[in-house]
Amino acid sequence: MNDIYLDNNATTMVDPAVVDEMLPFFSEQFGNPSSIHSFGNKVGLAIKKARKTIQTLLGAEYDSEIIFTSCGTESDSTAILSALRAQPERKEIITTEVEHPAILTLCENLETQGFVVHYLKVDEKGRLDLNAYQRLLSDKVAIVSVMWANNETGTIFPVEKMAEMAQNAGIMFHTDAVQAVGKLPVNLKDSCIHMLSLSGHKLHAPKGIGVLYLKRGTRFRPLLRGGHQERGRRAGTENAAAIVGLGKAAQLALEHMAFENSHVSALRDKLQEGILKAVPCSFVTGDPDNRLPNTANIAFEYIEGEAILLLMNKFGIAASSGSACTSGSLEPSHVMKAMGIPYTAAHGTVRFSLSRYNTEEEIDKVIEAVPPIVAKLRKLSPYWEGDGPVEEPEKSFAPVYA
Amino acid sequence: MWDYSEKVKEHFFDPKNAGAVSDANAVGDVGSLSCGDALRLTLKVEDKTDIILNAGFQTFGCGSAIASSSALTEMVKGLTVDEALEISNQDIADYLDGLPPEKMHCSVMGREALQAAVANYRGEELEDDHEEGALVCKCFAIDEVMVRDTVRANSLSSVEEVTNYTKAGGGCSACHEGIEQILTEEMEARGETFTPAPIAATKKNVVHLKKEDVKKIEPEKPAAAKLTTVQRIKLIEKALDEIRPSLQRDHGDVELVDVDGKNIYVKLIGACVGCQLASATVGGIQQKLMEALGEFVKVTPVSDEQLTNLAGV
Repeated sequence: MNDIYLDNNATTMVDPAVVDEMLPFFSEQFGNPSSIHSFGNKVGLAIKKARKTIQTLLGAEYDSEIIFTSCGTESDSTAILSALRAQPERKEIITTEVEHPAILTLCENLETQGFVVHYLKVDEKGRLDLNAYQRLLSDKVAIVSVMWANNETGTIFPVEKMAEMAQNAGIMFHTDAVQAVGKLPVNLKDSCIHMLSLSGHKLHAPKGIGVLYLKRGTRFRPLLRGGHQERGRRAGTENAAAIVGLGKAAQLALEHMAFENSHVSALRDKLQEGILKAVPCSFVTGDPDNRLPNTANIAFEYIEGEAILLLMNKFGIAASSGSACTSGSLEPSHVMKAMGIPYTAAHGTVRFSLSRYNTEEEIDKVIEAVPPIVAKLRKLSPYWEGDGPVEEPEKSFAPVYA
Repeated sequence: MWDYSEKVKEHFFDPKNAGAVSDANAVGDVGSLSCGDALRLTLKVEDKTDIILNAGFQTFGCGSAIASSSALTEMVKGLTVDEALEISNQDIADYLDGLPPEKMHCSVMGREALQAAVANYRGEELEDDHEEGALVCKCFAIDEVMVRDTVRANSLSSVEEVTNYTKAGGGCSACHEGIEQILTEEMEARGETFTPAPIAATKKNVVHLKKEDVKKIEPEKPAAAKLTTVQRIKLIEKALDEIRPSLQRDHGDVELVDVDGKNIYVKLIGACVGCQLASATVGGIQQKLMEALGEFVKVTPVSDEQLTNLAGV
């Protein structure tokens, strides 16, 4: 049996068509796009074509609004640090407590340098309170950075609305859209979003390529200064092969957008229903009515996620978990914590994230494999007895460190 | 993915003694739900002999937590309660052929469950002295609480000192930023300012052998060369015995393998094997032996494989 890959929010398979498109740029098309001769010129034209395709995918008004970077994290850092440097009199940042570490770790570091960061809270379904957000908007805020869709739960934030609110208050708005681009239709020219990060490897392009969308007229200070690449906004010789690959991936993403939102989401729903029906004491986290078409995050109570993943891996099924142990940290996922999911469930969350390559046959196999795995681990759990949790689980087993 | 040993996988995929012992007379509940690791150990102890007849575990936790629990129950069966208490968390990890540094706390949890169960059997109260923080140094599995407490207790003021006291930062050095942050906060709390050294100071415990050093030692004690081989070996063993406690503290050890003129072959044991400071350790041993013998010697660590070759087998 072939392995079943349901961890597409972590990274995706590079589409074979993308690989084909890239290969010549490792051999005959080796020129530096900045060079004047034909070696460089052809590469330069290929990059131009890729930029156009990505412009279309993002619905950007100009292709010069697309800046190639090395990854989503670089785009995030560039956006936030640029806003702070361009507006030194503004010392506040607004973000959410469920952002990716690419934003959160940077913000924590900025706090040590005297910046004030406001973390918007989420409710039990991972939703934001826009009134609380409105109250924070002031002329002290340099930038608002809110993710388009959450990587763990798939929950979608109303970033277009939030960008409009920021615009009305005269504040720059950035969105980390690495999970959304390619899965949701994006139309930046009609939005108030000033900056947007995307990452190639989340949409079947290779790792090591990202994009920062920068709306024309937005004040900008580059992170990397040097050569004139990317109009001086991101110096450093272009990663030509990866840019070409991302261009092809963007074209494929556009072509599959409808498929993603019909076929893939139907498979996801089938998986979710199949598992919830067969496994007692399990539930979906996040906001199921408003989430990415490919993501289902399911909490299996009274067991731990890493153990689930290891057993699933034995069956050739790949997914990921919000447990502390999968990250080496001491706390379960900050996203689960923010939603107030109890520890006995937060550690047992498993994220299934699909792609257009998954088949119904695979989903059937996963629905069959997961319930016995959960049952096996519950047999070992001090919270479980026979067919259900022990009575008053929190009281009957309340361990302390000796 | 974690780099789990085959033994860990074996005890995870096919755990031994899973479930509670029905007629248990010793129960130990330990762990922390926020960390996602909790364990209930149940033992059946024979009253007259104090021998553990049966052991069972119930674990809410990751792969290595389940494997550590399973290993623990296998290890304690048949032992007396006192013998069982001799088991350290390192023994549990060794039984499993090692655990990744981030997972060592799983073996600590096993050891604590044992203590708790024995206390329960004996009707004693167990003091809760456990505190665990986020991992700072991944090379040596040192957490924040440990670094902070040590900085506070000893008024440390440099990364190098932290490394000397706790080993944190002595490996890949990637955690130095984190250690500096802790130093900044702790020093601020005691009214000082953290001032880092301009460039990293040379490691004090690494011995760099230069030709001058060799010359210096030999003429000072000309009589040294007259030692018989037996006398030399005795001196070497004595010097190694002096070093041993500090190695054992870090769960390592050293063994003399052969003496061939100026070449002294040793075998590093336990945690010393594969330790990132092994070369520094060997340097330190060499220094001690040179001081003891009053002559230049070269200390070479040998593996089991080399040992066979050395013996000419």
